[in-house]
Amino acid sequence: MEVIAKRPESLTKTPFTYCPGCLHGVAHRLIAEAIDEQGLINKMAGVAPVGCSVFAYKFFNFDMAQAAHGRAPAVATGIKRARPDMHVFAYQGDGDLAAIGTAEIVHAANRGEHISVFFVNNAIYGMTGGQMAPTTLPDMKTTTSPYGRKVDDIGYPIRVCELLATLVAPYYIERVSLLSPAEIIKAKKAVSKAIQYNKEGRGFTFIEFVSTCPTNWGFDPVKSRDWARENMLPFYKPGVFRDKGEGVE
Amino acid sequence: MSKILMKGNEAVAEAAIRAGCRLYFAYPITPQSELIEYMAKMMPKVNGTFLQAESEVSAINMVYGAAGAGKRVMTSSSSPGIALKMEGVSYMAGAELPAVIINVQRGGPGLGDIQPSQGDYFQATKGGGHGDYRMIVLAPSSVQEFADMAAEAFDLADKYRNPVMILADGMLGQMMEPVEFKPAKTQEEIDALGNIHNSWCICPNEDGDAKHHHEINSLEIDPSVLEKHVNELYEKYGRIERDEVRFDTYNVSDDNEILCVAWGTASRIVKSAINELTAQGKSVGLIRPITCWPFPYEAVAEAIGPKVRKVYVFELNTGQMLDDVKIAVQGKVPVTFWGKVGGIVFTPAEIKEKLEACF
Amino acid sequence: MPRMTVDPYYCKGCGLCIAACPKKIIRFSEQINAKGYHYAECFKQDECIACRMCYQTCPDGAITVEK
Repeated sequence: MEVIAKRPESLTKTPFTYCPGCLHGVAHRLIAEAIDEQGLINKMAGVAPVGCSVFAYKFFNFDMAQAAHGRAPAVATGIKRARPDMHVFAYQGDGDLAAIGTAEIVHAANRGEHISVFFVNNAIYGMTGGQMAPTTLPDMKTTTSPYGRKVDDIGYPIRVCELLATLVAPYYIERVSLLSPAEIIKAKKAVSKAIQYNKEGRGFTFIEFVSTCPTNWGFDPVKSRDWARENMLPFYKPGVFRDKGEGVE
Repeated sequence: MSKILMKGNEAVAEAAIRAGCRLYFAYPITPQSELIEYMAKMMPKVNGTFLQAESEVSAINMVYGAAGAGKRVMTSSSSPGIALKMEGVSYMAGAELPAVIINVQRGGPGLGDIQPSQGDYFQATKGGGHGDYRMIVLAPSSVQEFADMAAEAFDLADKYRNPVMILADGMLGQMMEPVEFKPAKTQEEIDALGNIHNSWCICPNEDGDAKHHHEINSLEIDPSVLEKHVNELYEKYGRIERDEVRFDTYNVSDDNEILCVAWGTASRIVKSAINELTAQGKSVGLIRPITCWPFPYEAVAEAIGPKVRKVYVFELNTGQMLDDVKIAVQGKVPVTFWGKVGGIVFTPAEIKEKLEACF
Repeated sequence: MPRMTVDPYYCKGCGLCIAACPKKIIRFSEQINAKGYHYAECFKQDECIACRMCYQTCPDGAITVEK
């Protein structure tokens, strides 16, 4: 008997603080698996955001920095410029990346910083209790859009992959989803590629994960995935927006 | 080493490079744009990293990252841009990260103007950022001192794992004076400096060793842990207050009838006025804090001679260091203030007139 | 004999592995762990085909699959 799947070495033994069924844990595991498989743990550094994944610095089994809200791509830039021999990633949620951090992600991407950014999109602010995010869908009710997101008043959700794909420098941009084992396996390929491209010094890589928030959406973990499939995937379409390694410009 | 005539902004940049700084992140703002431009030109020549960030906010967070990786790193800005950095400074103090921040002050509040002022003393010393923390603040009064402070600031930052600010102003940044530079650090010295923080910073694991898991972080969600952390920070600040106070005196003697207190550019103008009064046989002394934090409270109190009738504070603001002087004087003698705002620098004649009126 | 095991220390009883298992051989345990969750357990190991769907979907790194 051999073990064919187990908790990766690049995760610490600390239990995740995420809600039951929250897919942050899946995203973390995919990143950790890729780091294990590519043998990069000794040179890895990650940046944790403000948001549900603020404690990511406790969950990854290598050096981590915790960054001010929105600033993870800038902090990752500082680390990578200081220690170019290390492989650096930033991990962010909706508020961190698409609200307060829009300047930092756009400019890190535009400079083609040699970092990977992992963006978990669940259309809501989890940590602070379910407020509207820049990624909240039209008419979606949240604690700060109790009557539904009124697009006439506050506009439409932001599709970050499409936004970043207008920039010349980014090397690899893909949106994936974590809503079923099959999608997770596909997402893993994207994560592995992002980490590999990063290690090879090819440039800026970006993965957006369409994910869920059972607690603040008000559904159980299984129903949350169904809701995301029905409502998020039509707007946030999975796909490759840029892959210079495969000739997709 | 011969003297070169150099503008303050450029001199401090050159001195920082010589002190082994190889990472600089900043955003342009008047009156310190010459500093960033000098870095843009010179950093690549020493294989350093120059990066013009998209904002001062981004720049201070790049500094946070590079400092978290244990390397000598610097940023610079002016008053409104420094305000943007203050969240980052608080985070760096909390995470105990070494770095140098240069503020070339201009008139405020808000967008203000681009002329010199000393309006950021409170921001620098009483916390511009949130929470219980302190930043070491050095205030130069000449281009030579400005340049010398670069190396000193980096050394203090490394020694105490804390952000250090050099609090200059637009006049120091723009004016040209002769500067003599210390010899530049060698590559070996810089490489060694880049590894002194490896016990806590983000750095590679050597293959085969037990892996380290360093965290660069200021979040402590458990209140008792945060309490312990803040108390330890303040124990550190206590050591800094004990060991790193710097000040200068000018014409201080038992004959003084007035003691002036002034810092930075203001102190030079006060010195000129004191010289004229001395020629008239009037004894006026000056104590010049060089560290705004830790403030030389004891030195100010001790500089008050037996005949001193008044302590006169002159600043290019509405009275900020004034508060620290009052704490130092403890009501022994009346404390008076006169200042100029709007980015206007007072003249020796104006100071002389104010002092003469006391006699 | 393929098998999947859930470490009760990590499991939060989210139910995603139960939904993912194509053989429908995972259920919530009657027992609870230290956090009060009814953790998942495999109740018919001999039908496990080591497809790893449970492992893929587990958000807590609680699952080990052997073959």
